[in-house]
Amino acid sequence: MSTLTEAAPPQAIPPDSGQPAGSAPRTRRKLTPYWLLLPGVAWLVVFFAVPMLYQGSTSLQTGSLEDGFRVTWHLATYWDALVEYKWHFVRSFGYAATATLLCLAIGYPLAYTIAFKASKRWRSVLLILVIAPFFTSFLIRTLAWKTILSDGGPVVGLLNTLHVLDVTSAIGLTSGDRVLATPLAVVCGLTYNFLPFMILPLYTSLERIDPRLHEAAGDLYARPFTTFRKVTFPISLPGVVAGTLLTFIPASGDYINAQLLGSPSEQMVGNGIQKQFLNVLDYPTAAALSFILMALILGMVTVYMRKAGTEELV
Amino acid sequence: MSRFFTWIRAHLVVLAGLLALAYLVLPNLVVLAFSFNKPVGKFNYEWNEFSTDAWTDPCGVADMCQSLSLSLQVAVLATVGATVLGTMVAFALARYRFRGRSATTAMIFLPMAMPEVVMAASLGTLFLNMRIPFGFTTILIAHIMFCLSFVVTAVKARVMSMDPRLEQAAQDLYATPVQTFLRVTLPLAAPGIAAGALLSFALSFDDFIITQFNSGPTTVTFPMFVWGASQRGIPVQVNVIGTAMFIAAVGLTVGGQWLGNRRKATA
Repeated sequence: MSTLTEAAPPQAIPPDSGQPAGSAPRTRRKLTPYWLLLPGVAWLVVFFAVPMLYQGSTSLQTGSLEDGFRVTWHLATYWDALVEYKWHFVRSFGYAATATLLCLAIGYPLAYTIAFKASKRWRSVLLILVIAPFFTSFLIRTLAWKTILSDGGPVVGLLNTLHVLDVTSAIGLTSGDRVLATPLAVVCGLTYNFLPFMILPLYTSLERIDPRLHEAAGDLYARPFTTFRKVTFPISLPGVVAGTLLTFIPASGDYINAQLLGSPSEQMVGNGIQKQFLNVLDYPTAAALSFILMALILGMVTVYMRKAGTEELV
Repeated sequence: MSRFFTWIRAHLVVLAGLLALAYLVLPNLVVLAFSFNKPVGKFNYEWNEFSTDAWTDPCGVADMCQSLSLSLQVAVLATVGATVLGTMVAFALARYRFRGRSATTAMIFLPMAMPEVVMAASLGTLFLNMRIPFGFTTILIAHIMFCLSFVVTAVKARVMSMDPRLEQAAQDLYATPVQTFLRVTLPLAAPGIAAGALLSFALSFDDFIITQFNSGPTTVTFPMFVWGASQRGIPVQVNVIGTAMFIAAVGLTVGGQWLGNRRKATA
């Protein structure tokens, strides 16, 4: 994931080595990239692109599992899905945006510490600690939050003593003395689950900054915060953009946190798609929902990337 | 007291960073602690008393170790498939200019920029419509599909940062193209390929969303087992597996770094 931001150094693609070549080897050389691409790209076309198109046609079908589905251009499916699931969409994007901002706020200091404050030895230890949770089943880790946030547990007790829960209750993030089965728990789970996706791109962009730039800013009488605002943060912007995308996109499609840590009133679009596909077996509605989700995300990402002005993500 | 506040102010960033790290690691510690729990009911959310029962009998739960072995099989095969296909694509993209190059790049990028649930539902719809029965094969196909892009990005970054003069030097020294590839190119690209393979393995082994939409009734992977258990009652053994995975991952990364450092030292 960090690789997303590892912009490869601009390097000329090596020209065909100047060996004398007849026309036969030359055409073979021309075809080489296509032979290399063929299996991988074919796999993606058949199992990624074609299903997307197929889903488009499924969303316009009507019928039942017994009688079979036929394309009837039944656009009402989209309308019905939007009407039925409008709050799911609002929650999905609301929770995902909140979690993304929290990830940025929590992840930036850690990425900064690893890049600038840690010695070389500590740096690798800290990086391992960031990456290692990745390798533990995330379902198990999400379930652990059920223990951490349990009613009457130390976290809820502390939040109660500090009157934090009164504030969050007032703005509708929690209800009463509970954190589990409230929006706060879902946002907390989403933030936790996607935090490494924020930290790694941030770290790769911060790590490249020459520390002498900080000294130079200091020599020019910039206070530490000014240095951060005028030097560090602008340089790390590609990492911020990559990190927010890598957090926001999967978070808005997630249904695991809402299912495990929320109640039915915290369900997100993902829960709707999952229910329609696996339980109700209403494939056209499931297809329409995922098409709307995809279109909304692509739209938002395009606008965001225009605004942020970085398109060198791959 | 004022010195204390000065110290806090000077180390504010580091303190915030360490708090973030605690937030990241806390669930793993809870998983570890609760692997030694002897829960009262079916669910392992509340501490009762210390016990090593789960550690001495990790496979004591019906079906759990079967699901673990299924997950391992899928992950190994998906890693091999995605690494081979992805490395080929990465070399083509890094080494050649050709018609359709930017379209290919977009095609590689899209699966990474798509919420999993969308890919999961669309692939599942295709299999349903083609009347392909859900099972091991469909899971494997899906896993190779979403791991491929990550391998391509990892390997491509590495290949593009390699010095092309090294291969030219090999050819100047009369190495055949095959020898150059095997003795120079491949060893140079190996760290990228290894990173891609490791990432694929982790992604495939831990995948839940895509698997849930594309697996059959008899092919229950480990994440699917945990999901089912979270609704019926969670055996403590799940925490044992979670902890073992965490320790193995830390061990592997530390070992890998240590090996890398030693190599650098001897080189």
